[in-house]
Amino acid sequence: MSRRIGIDVGGTNTDAVLMDGLSVVSKIKTPTTEDVTSGITTALRHVLASSGTATTDIAGVMIGTTHFTNAVVERRRLEPTATVRLGLPATAALPPMVDWPEDLAQVVGRSTFMVHGGHEFDGREIAPLDPEEIRDVARQIADRGITAVAVSSVFSPVNSGMEEEAGAIIAGVIPAAQVTLSSDIGRVGLLERENAAILNACLRPLAQQTISAFRQAIAELGITAPLYLTQNDGTLMSADYAEQYPVLTFASGPTNSMRGAAFLSGLTDAMVVDVGGTTSDVGALNNGFPREASVAVDIGGVRTNFRMPDVYSFGLGGGSLVQHEPLQIGPRSVGYRITEQALVFGGHTLTTTDIAVAAGVAEIGDASLVRQLDPLLVRESMARIKQMTDAAVDRMKTSAEPVPVIVVGGGSILIAFDVAGASELVKPEHFEAANAVGAAIAQISGEVDRVYSLASMSRDEAVADAKAEATARAVAAGADADSVQIVDVEDVPLAYLPGNATRIRVKAVGDLALAATA
Amino acid sequence: MRQITVEALDDIARGAAVLGTGGGGDPYIGKLMAQGALRRRGNVALLDPLDLDDDDLVVPTAMMGAPTVMVEKIPSGKEIVIAFQALEKYLGRPVRATMSCEAGGLNSTTPFTVAAELGIPLVDGDMMGRAFPELQMATPTLSGVTATPMAIADEKGNSAVINTVSNRWTETLARTLIVDMGCSAMIAIYPMTGKQVKETCVLHTITLLERIGITIREARQRHEDPIAAVTGATDGYVIWRGKVGDVARRTETGFARGEAVIAGVDEFDGRDLRVAFQNEFLVARSGDDVLATTPDLITMLDDETGEPITTEGLRYGFRVAVLSMPCDPRWRTPAGLQVVGPGYFGYDIPYVPIEQRVRERTA
Repeated sequence: MSRRIGIDVGGTNTDAVLMDGLSVVSKIKTPTTEDVTSGITTALRHVLASSGTATTDIAGVMIGTTHFTNAVVERRRLEPTATVRLGLPATAALPPMVDWPEDLAQVVGRSTFMVHGGHEFDGREIAPLDPEEIRDVARQIADRGITAVAVSSVFSPVNSGMEEEAGAIIAGVIPAAQVTLSSDIGRVGLLERENAAILNACLRPLAQQTISAFRQAIAELGITAPLYLTQNDGTLMSADYAEQYPVLTFASGPTNSMRGAAFLSGLTDAMVVDVGGTTSDVGALNNGFPREASVAVDIGGVRTNFRMPDVYSFGLGGGSLVQHEPLQIGPRSVGYRITEQALVFGGHTLTTTDIAVAAGVAEIGDASLVRQLDPLLVRESMARIKQMTDAAVDRMKTSAEPVPVIVVGGGSILIAFDVAGASELVKPEHFEAANAVGAAIAQISGEVDRVYSLASMSRDEAVADAKAEATARAVAAGADADSVQIVDVEDVPLAYLPGNATRIRVKAVGDLALAATA
Repeated sequence: MRQITVEALDDIARGAAVLGTGGGGDPYIGKLMAQGALRRRGNVALLDPLDLDDDDLVVPTAMMGAPTVMVEKIPSGKEIVIAFQALEKYLGRPVRATMSCEAGGLNSTTPFTVAAELGIPLVDGDMMGRAFPELQMATPTLSGVTATPMAIADEKGNSAVINTVSNRWTETLARTLIVDMGCSAMIAIYPMTGKQVKETCVLHTITLLERIGITIREARQRHEDPIAAVTGATDGYVIWRGKVGDVARRTETGFARGEAVIAGVDEFDGRDLRVAFQNEFLVARSGDDVLATTPDLITMLDDETGEPITTEGLRYGFRVAVLSMPCDPRWRTPAGLQVVGPGYFGYDIPYVPIEQRVRERTA
């Protein structure tokens, strides 16, 4: 049997689904716990028991988590990190972490070093790498007792050789060093790529700890299936890989919700509104994948250049506070305390959920507790909720044509009206667990990013070679060979390199090939 | 003399992005560099050009090259000082102040590094009143001021002083050197007397940039319409409001060319605006109607926040207001239009001043 479990660990709730092939067999929403893992254990127990599934029938567990994003946002549990940049004599005007918020820089520490090296846009060296200079820096890092190290180099997306060499030298001096190379993570844009590498380096100890706790939670229940984490493009990485690159989990939450919405609704081109407890995310699906943002993305105040889903967040959720005179909905919310504080649950705070119950569009808690609400206030609040949703959807739409709008998430009971510009409103079954479904159905990718010399082969041959290699890597990572498709081809000719070189980047994606472990 | 502080640079950079008309390089890197220099060296004195003596020497400074390279190979911070000093040495007499080459984009803030490092004032003015992509596109060119002798320096310490027969040649030769220097270098150019600055440059534009930046910031703080604030501060017009649809981009002969389609909303509902760009926004058309052309400024602002949008940052779904503002009158002369008019950029469109276009449409 090809049963698998998708889990989305959000800041407020942990959602889990158990899927058999293409159908959702069981699901649960449970509060996220302080230690994260006990919430996961609770969710796993529930989906296994309620579906009567034996642990040996589980072929894979996929976890999507905002844990690492939150650690950065909250400035908690981050490892002091040293940064070594190869680029002198260039780049000295803006040292590493120059644009970091001071509070975050304090936590991570400003142990930054600039050494000679780096490349020009055309592959020439700005300056040769000096091994002794790097060894000296490594000794200073060791003296400060730092083991988390980020290495960046100018134009390393074109030539990553110097980062690799520097990383090896540092590891030679500091045996316990955990080195993150910027070329493994980001794209052109030195500060942004370097920032992502530093964030990754400072998260690695937390990642090892968290992911080993995930492993333990799964093992304790007797599940021997492999563990995967979802990354920002909606595909999976193995738990081992995620320990090394926790930064790649950033923004996987919205991606999972949108992928889940596409799967549950059967639609590939639509707008998705994911209504949570405090905020709602709106994004566009193109061919079943979220449209990507093209600008720099701030994470906890740090500028990065990941490929992130283009999502617009606004302050409307099931727990949003409703104030009158003047009428104001959100952005403050009771969050996960909704079951204590909302009127329908016997609390004393007026929330959007109370409004929805009073308006008769939702049945939650005790409706008699909101019967005394002013009907005018209820009407005006519902109108405001529609207005906020309409504006957000319209903002993210790419054409004036009406498009289907898919509504998912726990707070989507609020959306009980026709959204402006929608050709249809779709609230698929299991809408509240779309994020966990998105994790469960996530695919496997294989990537190639290599400079080809076109002296001995044509450009077409080089692209074909890269495609074959990317496909092979996806299959090796666990993709079903028949389902693999090439989803992205980018080639950048590099001028002034001997032998006429071009850099080709190919990404192949396929369904996870699932085999029962017993 | 008025002192420019680190905080004031936030406003100046925001204003520079408005007058950058979608191009002019990443103002983010430029601002960070200038702020870093001010933090190390102290505030920069802003010199009113009218206070220059006629025989004072002024040397404008700038970054030259590909903005996409500069976001990767960030300058050392020394090259602009080396270029300035190389030219000062060649000229053989002390330079009183530096100045910005462009009032738009990255180069409005680059000279702050020189001013801070050498403790000299920055002249309140520039040579374009906006941003343009080539060296000869400067108002002093129209009055016969030569761009050379100019100095060019890279981060390795290499520098060169060049002399050319025309400002067009300066562009050609400097461009060749820039490629060997790794497509990003710093220049000191258009050495001028105080008299020439007063007579041939666009004056008080740094103050204008700051005023635009303050206006946007304050409008936002007071929850007022930032778009109206910008048109007020620049004598500009809102020529379109809408939502960005298709953006077509292609890289041609070293320039980022393309076209964005803006689907109209409100009074523009049901029609599309097509804005063509080559680094900067150059021509805005709706059907057969021409709404604005270079050298008048065409700029795009986020309709809600008033934040300027660059051609690289343009994306589907943005709600924008498209503004046009009158350029410096010298660009409107036959000589000016030959250098920066629609024809120079390959558009077979006659130039009509924006005030006249707006008057004719509303008449």
